[in-house]
Order: sequence, then structure tokens, then C-alpha cells
Amino acid sequence: MIIDSDVVTLSRLQFALTALYHFLFVPLTLGLVWILAIMESVYVMTGREVWKRMVQFWGVLFGINFAMGVATGVTMEFQFGMNWAYYAHYVGDVFGTPLAIEGLMAFFLEGTLVGLFFMGWNRISRVAHLLVTWFLALATSLSALWILVANGWMQNPVGSAFNAETMRMEVTSFSEVFFNPVAQAKFVHTVSAGYVLGSMFVLSISAWYLLRGRNVDFAKRSMTVAASFGLAAALSVVVLGDESGYAVSENQKMKMAAIEAMWETEPAPASFTVFGIPDVENKTTHYAVRVPWVMGLIGTRSIDKPIPGIANLVEDTKDRIDNGIRAYDAMLVLREDRNNAQAKAILAAHDKDLGYALLLKRFMDDPRQATPADIQKAADSTIPNVPVLFWSFRLMVACGFYFIALFAFSFWQASKRQLEKRRWYLKLALWSLPLPWVAAELGWIVAEYGRQPWAIEGVLPTALGVSSVTAGQVWTSLGGFVLFYSVLAIIDAVLMVKYARKGPDGLGLWPPAEPAPSVAAAPVRA
Amino acid sequence: MFDYETLRVIWWALLGALLIGFAIMDGFDFGIAALLRVLGRTDDERLVLLETIEPTWEGNQVWFILGGGAAFAAWPALYAVSFSGMYLAIFLVLLAFIMRPVGFNFRGKIHDARWRSLWDWVLTLSGVVVMLISGVAFGNLFLGVPFQFDGNLRMSWHGSFFELLHPFALVAGLVSLTMLLAHGASWAAYKADHVIADRAVRVARWSTLAYVVCYVLAGIWLAYGVKGYAIIGPVVTGGVSNPLYKEVAHGSSWFASYMQYPYFWAAPVLAFLGAIGVQLSIARKGLGSFIFSSLMVAGTILSAGFALFPFLLPSSIDPRSSLTVWDASSSRGTLALMLGATVVFLPIIIIYTSWVFRVLRGRVTLEHVRQSGHTY
Repeated sequence: MIIDSDVVTLSRLQFALTALYHFLFVPLTLGLVWILAIMESVYVMTGREVWKRMVQFWGVLFGINFAMGVATGVTMEFQFGMNWAYYAHYVGDVFGTPLAIEGLMAFFLEGTLVGLFFMGWNRISRVAHLLVTWFLALATSLSALWILVANGWMQNPVGSAFNAETMRMEVTSFSEVFFNPVAQAKFVHTVSAGYVLGSMFVLSISAWYLLRGRNVDFAKRSMTVAASFGLAAALSVVVLGDESGYAVSENQKMKMAAIEAMWETEPAPASFTVFGIPDVENKTTHYAVRVPWVMGLIGTRSIDKPIPGIANLVEDTKDRIDNGIRAYDAMLVLREDRNNAQAKAILAAHDKDLGYALLLKRFMDDPRQATPADIQKAADSTIPNVPVLFWSFRLMVACGFYFIALFAFSFWQASKRQLEKRRWYLKLALWSLPLPWVAAELGWIVAEYGRQPWAIEGVLPTALGVSSVTAGQVWTSLGGFVLFYSVLAIIDAVLMVKYARKGPDGLGLWPPAEPAPSVAAAPVRA
Repeated sequence: MFDYETLRVIWWALLGALLIGFAIMDGFDFGIAALLRVLGRTDDERLVLLETIEPTWEGNQVWFILGGGAAFAAWPALYAVSFSGMYLAIFLVLLAFIMRPVGFNFRGKIHDARWRSLWDWVLTLSGVVVMLISGVAFGNLFLGVPFQFDGNLRMSWHGSFFELLHPFALVAGLVSLTMLLAHGASWAAYKADHVIADRAVRVARWSTLAYVVCYVLAGIWLAYGVKGYAIIGPVVTGGVSNPLYKEVAHGSSWFASYMQYPYFWAAPVLAFLGAIGVQLSIARKGLGSFIFSSLMVAGTILSAGFALFPFLLPSSIDPRSSLTVWDASSSRGTLALMLGATVVFLPIIIIYTSWVFRVLRGRVTLEHVRQSGHTY
């Protein structure tokens, strides 16, 4: 059957909107929870009440964000079934497993402990509460690990094979799926990005208190934690982002070429285009400013391996489509005659390219009828949106380097104990608040929009993965999401600003109403 | 290790276990949410009710998330067909799930009576929607739903949202609703301040009674008014997961498996015993009646699962497309791996969940809420 292209477009739009929206909250949870764990560790080690109050205050903001993260996360799980039913059928055997294990190993722990984090202060001992916080932090990062194992497999589908009898991908080696280099690189890059975001959140709001001269001690301590944690995270996000770039160049050559707007293969080592205006129509980049060698070094870790350009990759794709059509034909023969040995042999030889024949399904029902012109069209359809990727990537990287600079400076100021001295710095820290979100969303765009037209790279085109629902149904849900998510975004923003403005002083958390218990009164057991 | 047939039966049982886990653990949260304005007459009383579930509802809800994840991984076709086929119904459930975390958290964040009342309504509605729609969806499993596969196993659906609202399915929805209201009320009787608990006792009595009526009605209807599905010819239990390899007839009885395996009758008996137990013990406002209502929930779901066995989701328009335990599962390797993960982690989950409930033991009193205000 021919796929309804409206349903494809609407389903993609809905998935992108809900995923980008979900990813506004996830990185803050990932980062802030570790900052809470650090602060609470200091509290338990030193017994100083102010550190407990810091955990409680930042915990209020954490809680608001956590609720939004949980609420919008359910959508992601539902959507694979609701809008991407053929995808769910086709890859559930592989893709579903990490999601289920995420629930078993991480989300259960996270969901069960978060209530005690908020309501357990007077019910369990200090050390037990600290353990709750640490396990909560661990569980959020483990959660990210399994989600990114699933996502890594979409980018680089290892450890699996096509089964013609069940018409789907099935696991052949789970350890390959888990130790997928793309998944591992993505995991460290993504959680580090979350840590940067969490640090910026604490740094910016604390800077605002210092600008107002409120909660000075409280804010300086918070900033010190944020600056140290943020610096380490900002360094790792860039270093590990480079690792992620290397992994991409190995497995997704087209995405790499699109990010670099590399239309033709350059002689190795390729140069890095710092600036340019990619021109899709003429397949060239205007006003390009290039730094020799850099791209070749990052992408291949060598000086002699070339990075293939878009034109070459399209030519390669045409060959793979030809092979894919052979596999498709063999698959249909096998459907009539389950034991046809010749068809089995052809399918075994070419099943890695079956997905390329499925690219033709957007244009025709039977890929075997494809003319050379159709094959050219299908091959051209594998070029992602070059200008969007080119610019998203560069802005993300620029943000990354800026974070290193800002956190390094913050760390230096914190070690010299003069965080509150320079107002321009405090203003800079305050106004930098949105940037990690910008970087995180751009990162998602590079990774997932750059994967198009594939849902599973080389295996299943996105357009084929949709459910057999009507455009009207998707319009309804899309409208519902836009409405509900907008209302929730407003409420979330209002509450965040309200509680950040109130601050520890306004919430009666600090300074304490009665004199703080002295350190001597609270014996330290470390 | 296990052969394919055994793994499939284990994963059918585990899917049931997760569903029962969800209904027991999250079911009382939904029940409380739906009864918020019935049991709680003042803001303080509602705070008490909320505090009986607030620290734990999030973990409880993971039973559902995990159920979805496990269905995706172990029964991908079931997950794909049901979620996309019942699109708008599932979307309503999803909205209810979205509004719960924010409802619990945001309600107390602004001290304004209208604001709180708004979120009370949101929580009430989300509770009712989930309980009712899950039951209606379950009812539709017996009726068969209008889908079919093509040769590529792409599913097409030939029905609308309103066709799901068959009278039998509505009765199934009422079974689910009354069952979980009773379950929520048992929890409130056990955990909430005596003023509220006394009200909960009355609600639990009435809703268990209503549940028994609906459950019996559904059973009679199922026996005399709804035709069952059956696999024709040799049943291949360890074969390929492709639903189109079998033939299915529509016209048998859903009680056939009860005739074949008489011990299946233990499930409905358990449901009735649970209901009777609630009636007898609820006045004591202890943990006992909550355990009885949990048994009632488990018995109900088991009795439905047993009747359907080996079907997961029958197709009304193309019976051979029906999903069964024998042809809708993941590959053997995936089932085995997931079983390993479950065997390791499920006991750990039960241990820390029990610990959290133990820490939070004790009745939530009005006095406590007035003193501490809203802490979450």
C-alpha cells in the first residue's frame, strides 16, 4: 500500500515537537540531580545546615522540572506504538529491549526514590537520605544510558539481522547492541551536556541573587559547586562530542558530509569549514572559510583517509538500492515458497541493503518496477537538509566552547573567592542561562534530523515506519499536544520564575528562623 | 535453556504480572485521584488523601511504563496494533498520564483555592479516564478489533473511536472503574485520617457491590452474548512469529479454556473472595481490606487473561490476523534476554519498593497536614 505522505509529515512533526519538548526537561534533571547529590554529600560530611537548605531549595526547582520530564516522557513511549506502528513491529525485537531494561533498571528506581527525596527528610537518617539522593542521580544517568543504547542502534544498527519470515529485524548479539560505539559515545556526550545545563541553571540563578545582594553565602556556595561541576562537564562534553563525531564519521558518512556541507570528496586530510553558506541547488558552499586538515583529523583520526563527499555517497547509494531490489525480490519469492534455496541465498547476500529498496516505497508500491530515474530520486532522497545541519552543528560547537570559557572563568573566580566582585561577570552568567538549552536542542537536531530519511540508518526509512492512521487522527493529537504542552510550558515557566524569585530567603529556608544548630551539636560521622 | 514455547508462556505470564502490578500499585492512586472530591470535603482533607499517595505514585506508575516497554520488547505486534489502532482512546489515556505528574506537583505550588480546585478536577478526571478506558479496551479484546495484516505485516485498521464503545466493552469499563474505586477506597480507609477513612469505608462497600454486579453481568454476557475465537487445525506453539501462518475461527466460546483447564476457575473465585473479604474487613480500616481488594484486582485480570488464552488481540475482520501467544512474540533470544533481566531486577524492585512503603507507614492525619503544609 502507498503510504499517506500527510500522515508521515504530521507524525514526524509531532515526534520532533514532543521529543524537543521532552528534551527541555531531561538534561536539567540529569545535571541538577548530581549537583543535589554533591551538595548533600557536603552536608552529611560537614553537618552544616546551609548545605541541607541548598539541597532543599534547588530540590524545589528540581521537582517542578522533574514532573515535566516524567509527564512528557510517557508521550515518547506511547508514540512509537501510536504513530510508528510499523517501526514498532519492524524493530521492536531489538529497539524495545533497551527501553524495557531502562524501566527495570533505572526508571523504577528513579520513580520510587523521588518521593522519599522530597518527603523523607524527617523519616530516614541523614546517611539514608544521602543514599536516596545518590541512587536517584545514578538512576537518572542509567536511564539516559539505556535510552541512548536504543537511540544509538537507530544510528548504527549493529547486532541484528533481518528475518524474512517475521518481516522484522531480530537481535543476533545483544552485547553488540549494548557496546555499540555510537551508543557509548552518545551516552557520555548527552549526559555531560545535561551536567553542563544543570550547572548553568544553578550558576545563573545564583548570579542573579548576587546581583540583588540576596542570599549571598547561599549563592556563592551554590556557584562554587556549579562552577567546578560545570567546568568538568563542559570539558567532557566537547572532548566526548569529538568522540561522538568520530563515531558518526565511521557509521553515518552521509550525516557527516551534510554537517560539513562536503559536496565532493576532498583529498585527505579534509579541511574544516568554519563558515559558509551551503547552496543546496548548486551543491556548493559559498563564502567558505576553511581550516586545512582539521576535518580529516577529527573525522578519521588520520591524515591519509579521505572523508567521502555527498556526490560520491549518492553514487554508492544507487548501487545499494540495486542490491536492495534483489533482496526485496528474493523476499517476495520466499513468501510464496518458504524453502526456495536460491532466493534464500540471494536474500542472505543482500539483506543488508534491503532497506535501500524500501527507500523506493515512498514513490511506488513495488520497488522492483523502479526505473533508473526512480533510483536516482531515491538516492537523492538520502541527502539530509544540509544548511540546517551545517548551522546547527556550528552553533552547538560554538556554545560548547563558550561554556568551557565561562565555567573556567567562574571556577577561577570561585577559587579566588571573588565571585560577587564583577557585576559584568554576574550579568554574563545570568544571561547565559538559555544557551545550554539551545545547544542541547541543536544537538538533537544534528543527531536525529541528520539521520533522515532513515528511522533506522540503512534499514528502515522513516516514511515506512508510520502507523496506518488517518491524517485527521494525527491532526487531533498534534493539536492536543500543542494546546496542552503550551499551557504546561507557561505554568512551568511561571512556577520556575516564581520559586527562583522567592529564593531560599522568601521560602523561609535560609537564613534559619532560630539560630542554626552549631557544628558541635551535630556530630560528624564521615 | 527454555524452549521458545515455554518462553512465550512465561512472557504471557509476565505481561499479566505487570498488568496486575500496575492495576494493584497504580490502581489505588487512580482510585484516590478519582475519589478526591468525594472523600475529601475540605482542602485539608484532600491534602491528606494526596499525601497518602504522593510519595509513591510515581514509582507505582512505572509498572505501567514498564508494562508498555515490556509489551514493546516482548510482544511488539501487540504494542503496535493496539496503540495505533485505538489511536484516539490511547491519546486520551496519554493525556491523563501527562496531567498526573504535573497535577501532583503543581497543585501545591500556588496557594489559591481556585488553582487547587482546578488541579483536583484534573486529577479526578485523569483517574476516571484511565480506569474507564483501560476497561473498555480490555472489553474490546473479547469482541475482537477491526485490523488486518498485509504480506509485509503492515497493519491496517478499519474502525473508529466510537466503535470501541460497544455496550459489552462499556460494561468491562465499569468493571474496571468500580474495581479500582473500591481498591482506592480501601487504601484511603487504611491510610487516611479517620474522618476520611470512615467515608472511604462506605465508598468501598458500595463500589465493591457495584463491582460484583458488573463483573457477574460481564461474565454472563461473555458466556451467552460474545462469541469466542479459536485457532483451527494444529497449533504450532514454537514456530515463527508471523500471525498469518495460522487459521482462526470466530464462533466458539470464550469459556473453552476454562473447560479445558478447570483450575482456571480459581481466578474468578479469587476475585469474588477478594470482594467478600473487602466487605467483611473494611470496617477495621486496616491493611487487610487493601490486601483483599488487591486479590480482587488480581483475580479479575487473571480471569480475563485466562479466558483469552492463547489470544492476545483477536481480529474481527480477518480472524487469521489475530495475535496469539504463539505468533506475536519477539524472537527467542530477545525473550530469553529480557527474562534474565527481569529475574535479576524485579526482586530488587520489590525490595526497595517495600522499603519505601515501610518508611512511609502510618496513617496520614489532618493534624499532620495542618502542621507541615504542603511539602512536595
